[in-house]
Amino acid sequence: MYTQALNVKDEPAAAGDPVLEARFQAHVDAELKIEPNDWMPEGYRKTLTRQISQHAHSEIVGMLPEGNWITRAPTLRRKAALLAKVQDEGGHGLYLYSAAETLGTSREQMFEQLLSGKAKYSSIFNYPTLTWADIGAIGWLVDGAAIMNQIPLCRCSYGPYARAMIRICKEESFHQRQGYEIMMTLARGTPEQKAMAQDALNRWWWPSVMMFGPSDSDSQHSDQTMRWKIKRFSNDDLRQKFIDATVPQGHFIGLEFPDKDLKFNEETKHWDFGEIDWTEFKRVIAGDGPCNKQRMKQRRAAHDNGRWVREAALAYAEKRRNREAAAKIAAE
Amino acid sequence: MHETPLFSYALRLADNALILGHRMSEWIGHSPVLEEDLALGNMGLDLIGQARAFYAYAGEIEGKGRDEDKLAYLRDAKDWRNVLLVEQPNGDFAATMIRQLLFAAYAHPLYAALTKSKDASLAAIAAKAEKEMAYHVRHSGEWVIRLGDGTEESHERAQAALDELYAYSTELFESDDVERALIDAGIAADPAALRPEWERTVNHIFSEATLKTPPQSFAQTGGRTGRHSEHLGYILADMQFLQRTYPGAAW
Repeated sequence: MYTQALNVKDEPAAAGDPVLEARFQAHVDAELKIEPNDWMPEGYRKTLTRQISQHAHSEIVGMLPEGNWITRAPTLRRKAALLAKVQDEGGHGLYLYSAAETLGTSREQMFEQLLSGKAKYSSIFNYPTLTWADIGAIGWLVDGAAIMNQIPLCRCSYGPYARAMIRICKEESFHQRQGYEIMMTLARGTPEQKAMAQDALNRWWWPSVMMFGPSDSDSQHSDQTMRWKIKRFSNDDLRQKFIDATVPQGHFIGLEFPDKDLKFNEETKHWDFGEIDWTEFKRVIAGDGPCNKQRMKQRRAAHDNGRWVREAALAYAEKRRNREAAAKIAAE
Repeated sequence: MHETPLFSYALRLADNALILGHRMSEWIGHSPVLEEDLALGNMGLDLIGQARAFYAYAGEIEGKGRDEDKLAYLRDAKDWRNVLLVEQPNGDFAATMIRQLLFAAYAHPLYAALTKSKDASLAAIAAKAEKEMAYHVRHSGEWVIRLGDGTEESHERAQAALDELYAYSTELFESDDVERALIDAGIAADPAALRPEWERTVNHIFSEATLKTPPQSFAQTGGRTGRHSEHLGYILADMQFLQRTYPGAAW
């Protein structure tokens, strides 16, 4: 998930220092990590800042659709697990913002970019969570797709990002199993529950498949991110991997995928699938998904309603510093 | 409905924890700063965890096969035993933190006392909960100080929240016949005995926060015997909706 940012093409970077660039590339080629104080090309810094901050924004916006159901979770065990899950996402956001800050952009700046609409977040969170089964579907499909995308990022050339991803992946894979377990419980429950699970799969399947971004043939991104070892696999490769892993899981619990062309190909040993509706994908990214406006409105409201709290914390810290300084002078 | 005092007591502890935990969970994704989404989530998880332990024990005492979910999801408002304080709406961040402080400063010495309960199960649950509530006192107390002694706006908001919520603390220190018998038997903690420590804790924080402790005024009480404010019904409508719509389903 969240590698949407890598599908955007940057303007060609101004020519840098060829010696430094060659040294940098050799370092990357040797699978060594780039650390915050190392020299790096401006394009690398820019791409990573955009990528990591969008990833962080996705985690934060992603808290909203799932957060919807914390107060309505059907059992105390589910309630605690969902609360913990959404909290994990906040934690992911926090360490991703920290990783991005090592590249020289502050969290406040990144927040402003999100709230002004300049920065994007994963489009998947612009879909609504209408039933409890959506919580299962998000864990199983959305987190499942995220893992496919994120496991290679654990080997990303930028050290702080790679290290953050290792922890995030562990938690995401736990979320994915949790989501699948919710779906399994529903699929094996009453007819109404099974219908709820099927309906959630019908609505979340294609948006999840789209999370990997445009097809390689249409993708705008250069192979630069591959050369820099930020991205390691193509969108289509990751998408196929996700579909191959997920389809048998769905069939195992007796659910049908909303794709009449989905068929196992004996020759390639992969699941063939139908045409993706890229018009919808582009429409949702452009801002006309079912919940784009609501999500941003909620994020802005949280930010605006919390302003006086943040100001109070700063004012108090300042007062305290002054008092301590005054006490020190008085003591001398 | 005839209940044993021990069942009622365990249920009161559970309901307080669950309703406040539910309120905390409403903040997630909407708090003033990301760190607070995590902290409020943590406190919510602590409280829900405490509730689950107390419900499981209550169900065991009752012996009628009611588990944590039957107790949480299939009782109507009049059968809920939580104090009114915990069901009050979140309001702004100041109201949430004041409410948390008023409750945690009571729950912390309560659980400390319960660790010495002659009932081993209550003592065991309390031992874990005591540590958690110590953190809640610290975290909410720090925020109350920051807000009270922060900006003019934050001070006004914190004072307004305190003025509104303070009276609900009276109920925390009430006891009735149900508890009296358990207190005499060394099982329950005497709420009145917790008041001096509660006062020391909150008054110290209020003074650091430059907030004025409101004068004693008339206090609504009755949550422990099922007389609630209007707010509880909405919490239950949200919380119980799936269990009520699909009776008997497993989730």
